[in-house]
Amino acid sequence: MQSAKQFTSIFGGVLVLFLVAPLIIRDTQFQHLMIMLLLFTTLSQAWNLIGGFAGQVSLGHAMFFGIGAYAAMAPLNQWGLTPWIGMAIGGLVAMVAAVIVGYPVFRLKGHYFVISTFAVAEVVRELFSNWDWVDGPIGLDAPLVEQGWRNFMFYHTKLPYHYTLLIFFAVVMFVAFRMERSRMGYYFRAIKQRPEAAQAMGVNITLFKQYAFIISAFFTAICGSMYGLYVLHIEPSTVLSLDISIKIVLIAVLGGIGSLWGPLLGATILISLQEYSRIWLGGTGRGIDLIVLGALIVIICVYEPNGIVGLIKRFSRKKRKA
Amino acid sequence: MPILEVKNLSMHFGELAALEDINLAVEKGEILGLIGPNGAGKTTFFNCITGFLNATRGDIFYKEQNITRFGPHRVCKLGICRTFQIVQSFNEMTALENVMMGAFCRHHLTGDAREKAEEILKFTGLQDKKNQLAGGLTLADQKRIELARTIATEPDVVLLDEVMAGLNPTETEEAIGLIQKVHEKGLTIIVVEHVMEVIMKISHRIAVFDSGELIVDGPPEEVVQDERVIKAYLGEEYHAES
Ligand SMILES: Nc1ncnc2c1ncn2[C@@H]1O[C@H](COP(=O)(O)OP(=O)(O)OP(=O)(O)O)[C@@H](O)[C@H]1O
Ligand SMILES: [Mg+2]
Repeated sequence: MQSAKQFTSIFGGVLVLFLVAPLIIRDTQFQHLMIMLLLFTTLSQAWNLIGGFAGQVSLGHAMFFGIGAYAAMAPLNQWGLTPWIGMAIGGLVAMVAAVIVGYPVFRLKGHYFVISTFAVAEVVRELFSNWDWVDGPIGLDAPLVEQGWRNFMFYHTKLPYHYTLLIFFAVVMFVAFRMERSRMGYYFRAIKQRPEAAQAMGVNITLFKQYAFIISAFFTAICGSMYGLYVLHIEPSTVLSLDISIKIVLIAVLGGIGSLWGPLLGATILISLQEYSRIWLGGTGRGIDLIVLGALIVIICVYEPNGIVGLIKRFSRKKRKA
Repeated sequence: MPILEVKNLSMHFGELAALEDINLAVEKGEILGLIGPNGAGKTTFFNCITGFLNATRGDIFYKEQNITRFGPHRVCKLGICRTFQIVQSFNEMTALENVMMGAFCRHHLTGDAREKAEEILKFTGLQDKKNQLAGGLTLADQKRIELARTIATEPDVVLLDEVMAGLNPTETEEAIGLIQKVHEKGLTIIVVEHVMEVIMKISHRIAVFDSGELIVDGPPEEVVQDERVIKAYLGEEYHAES
């Protein structure tokens, strides 16, 4: 575990960097990259709580992401409800969904959780695709409303999205940091390493897995809301797709599963790769980012299962010895 | 009143009766030795008491409360804690963190749990290794950590499943000393062990299992001379030697 001092200084540095970067670099492509980076880091950190720390791999986080996106966009679209309330609703619905998915499987051993998250996410996508109120497979466009904080709509600047996400990123990082050194954090790690020994120590492992999943689902839904409000168009095949679920996992795996800085490192590489290959290579570059990414993942899996964070640790250990 | 009492306990795995109609009571402050050949049902007995297995028939009482269907975490919270025959360290945690996992049972704040764990580490003679990862320690140390974290849950009854298997004679001596120290704290202990010398030395009473049945239950001197025990467990050799 990283010392509190070390964490605080790195965390402070990262925050300052994200605070000033969009003020100095006014290029909108770059600002877009920063927003995506914050979004996917936060998403991946939310996943990390259950998938990394507690070791319960979810391949269905798109369901929470999509629920959040729709909860913010649909009431705004239909009734003009402020998306802040929609966001709260999305968060709550996601928490309930986490209980419904988790309750039957957390008491079982084995891989039921992975399979059921995957399956339920597919079902949720089908449901939204067939739901007329949210225009089924066509999806929803953000309505043309007065811009400002009430509607969380800004047509000429990206900065409000950036700073709102930055605050949310900071909150999730702080929660993860506090959690790691609390009883709950120890319990999550114990459940991942030796579930039976954890039980013998008095841990209700079913309950604690459920806690991890609920917290994770909540944060993921908020990310989904922000994403919808930022890109202005959502549909089942994007916000509820397996693509999203997988991307969230890959970022954590690449960066270092179950570590505090893994998501940021993983997202920096993956999101830059994705955005810049799109910009530079345009249509012809389609898929190249995925090929490079695939190669990176293979290298990570073979060479250092603990991701980039693992590489850094190994390197600094060698340096200290030398 | 016994602190722990098992009545007509049976555990069947399909056709196999791993435990058949066991009746056994343990008094507060007692050290009960549990012996029997491989596959006799000793570990199964622990698994039933600690809620890792649901008994097919029978009841388990702890301090007059029926705990038969309680899950493992509830049993631990009530004050019964066990070790595992095959060590189950939290490998990626330090020795200190392993023991903190036990301490968290009664102390919810990290600082309090750490303080309690430090105290237990000192008690078990592990303080020098507290910052090492458990996965990298010797078997003897890992077994000691398991015992330490078990005590850290502040139980009234501990169930020790072969905590000395695989240890060399010096380590075994140390482990015996430690168990006696734990007993002096007022804990009730059930200890499963294969080495007769060890069991004879520390037990106040010995229960012998064979093929899922409790065949003898009595003071150590009587048990070693019992015909059925000699036949079932100790074998002709031990008989000839003594
Ligand atoms: N979960 C299980 N499923 C099926 N059979 C089991 C299970 N657990 C134990 N058994 C069987 O029950 C019997 C008793 O096993 P147990 O582990 O309790 O013996 P033991 O007395 O602890 O033996 P040892 O001295 O080798 O540790 C064995 O035949 C074993 O194969
Ligand atoms: Mg056994």
